[in-house]
Amino acid sequence: MILTRLAKLTNGWSPVLRIGLLVVGLVLALGLPWLIYPPVALDITAWALFAVALDLLLGYTGMLSFGHAAFWGSSAYATGLIAKQVGLPFYFAVLGGALVAAALALPIAMLCVRRSGIYFAMVTLAFAQMIYFIANQWRSVTGGENGLQGVPRRFFGIDLTDSFYFYYAALPLILLGLLVAWRVVHSPFGRVMVAIRENQARARALGYPVDRYKVQVFVLSAFLAGIAGGVYAVGHGFASLQEVYWTTSGKVVVMNILGGMGTLWGPVLGAGIIVLLEDYLATAGIDAVGLVTGVIFVVTVLLFRRGIWGTVRHLVRSRARDRNSDRAEAEEPESRPAPARQG
Amino acid sequence: MSGLLQQLFNGLVSGSFYALLALGLSVIFGMLGVVNFAHGAFYMLGAFGAFVALDSVGLSWWLALLVVPILLGVLGMVLERAFVHRLMHLFPLYNFLLTFGIALILQDLLRMKYGVTSQPYARPSMLDGAVNLGLFTYPKYQVFVFVFSIALSALVWLVLTRTRVGMIVRASTERAELTQSLGVDVRRWVTPVFGFGIALAGLAGVLAAPMRAVNSSMGADLIIVIFAVVVIGGLGSVLGSVAAGYIVGMLTELGNFYIPSLSQILVFVLMALVLLLRPAGLFGREEGAHA
Repeated sequence: MILTRLAKLTNGWSPVLRIGLLVVGLVLALGLPWLIYPPVALDITAWALFAVALDLLLGYTGMLSFGHAAFWGSSAYATGLIAKQVGLPFYFAVLGGALVAAALALPIAMLCVRRSGIYFAMVTLAFAQMIYFIANQWRSVTGGENGLQGVPRRFFGIDLTDSFYFYYAALPLILLGLLVAWRVVHSPFGRVMVAIRENQARARALGYPVDRYKVQVFVLSAFLAGIAGGVYAVGHGFASLQEVYWTTSGKVVVMNILGGMGTLWGPVLGAGIIVLLEDYLATAGIDAVGLVTGVIFVVTVLLFRRGIWGTVRHLVRSRARDRNSDRAEAEEPESRPAPARQG
Repeated sequence: MSGLLQQLFNGLVSGSFYALLALGLSVIFGMLGVVNFAHGAFYMLGAFGAFVALDSVGLSWWLALLVVPILLGVLGMVLERAFVHRLMHLFPLYNFLLTFGIALILQDLLRMKYGVTSQPYARPSMLDGAVNLGLFTYPKYQVFVFVFSIALSALVWLVLTRTRVGMIVRASTERAELTQSLGVDVRRWVTPVFGFGIALAGLAGVLAAPMRAVNSSMGADLIIVIFAVVVIGGLGSVLGSVAAGYIVGMLTELGNFYIPSLSQILVFVLMALVLLLRPAGLFGREEGAHA
């Protein structure tokens, strides 16, 4: 698989570059509401965490969930309900929402892992559509087509009505979520995830309970998607059916493939690009989000499957390798990775 | 009693659409190992094709039933050569994503041209009116849809099981490399089969035009239900897809009658049960050639 190569490339960065990137990323995250309209900045961070959450499944474990809107959306609703009922800071509401998403993910994951590959994508999509229909029918809780409105931004008595300040209140939650994803990817658990992606049968033969790992990653991914969805709901003050619709699932997938799945920076970058692009289209009055998203899908899949970040990393890596090969030429005969093939 | 029977018949009619769409999806998957996300979009194009043909050229519904699927089939073959083919050697998810993108593009283009309101399409006059089915009277057109889709599914099944072409397609589905080494040029059949599957989707769209709302989003939600249908029936199994199509149709209409608030959810509950008890699908075998 193409993802195989991507994972190996992680080792191509020098530590200086890694830390440099991290600093740049943090500075950017802190400065974002100064650079762009704060609500858009908030959207970028929420979608970035959502995209990274999906990447744990898609990029690192090789499972395409096409129904992640179910978890983002169910947490958005649950967070909204908790925030409206309970007078605690919104952190607790978001955490509660994410727990609801994870609880919902558990039975769905246990059913979905019974199929793999393309079936997995179809089954996750179908279950997400079921959640959508439930949200649509359960008007007394979700508000149906009107959505759940009036979600408050409670925060230790501090006034957060200004989105500029809300952004900084919400940022720690998002960064914490990203930190969890980063820790997981670079843990022994993360290595097993990659092993499952590379060769499920071999991972199983080595004694790893593959299905249990898959369920665990799925639930964790849903939890992180839930944090993102909760922050999004509090940020916007409402949760709507859009949050559980399949277009939302498609949007987070396109962020991954555009940015570069199987990397952590890629989905973040993809989220930034897609949110800014949609914001641009909306302000310019161009009503063609579906068309633009579709074209991005087609072009990325046909022409640069590594995604933006994957391509950049590949270039950096091959330059580093060229330098090395000056010293030890015979060491690496295959200078360019062959196109990935189905295993 | 006649109420129940009527619901069951409603189910067979809506199941006709599920069956035709699932059939095309299954045939394509069998031959190419590709799950075509754009299948719903081609169904939508079929309905719009009938509408545009009548509106601009004055082509009757009967002719549209013949012409539109052929044109869409050709379009499908072009898409296969231009795009799908390039990704065949890669992980199958890439083609899933590609066809998802194509679906979004087609859907949005039609929305931009025709808006979100539904286009009117009159029933063909020969099929207008009702027919007495003994226990209850029923719209003639709906009866035609059911009979037509059954006949067509049976025809496809006969072609696949009783003709040389069908033999080649089935052999390529089962063991592409072995078939190739026996002297059959498998690659030659890939594009026509893809086109055929698309044509079936277009045909279902033309059938739907006089009885369903013709708008750009008519295929979007439907394709997800079709995914559930093929998971229930067993993707790649022709018989399974058609049978599951009718089963889901009847289940949904019965649900509509008895528990309307849950009717849309039932198909997914059935899918969950199938995954739990028989993950390969009702008619599927465990992990086929492409699974």
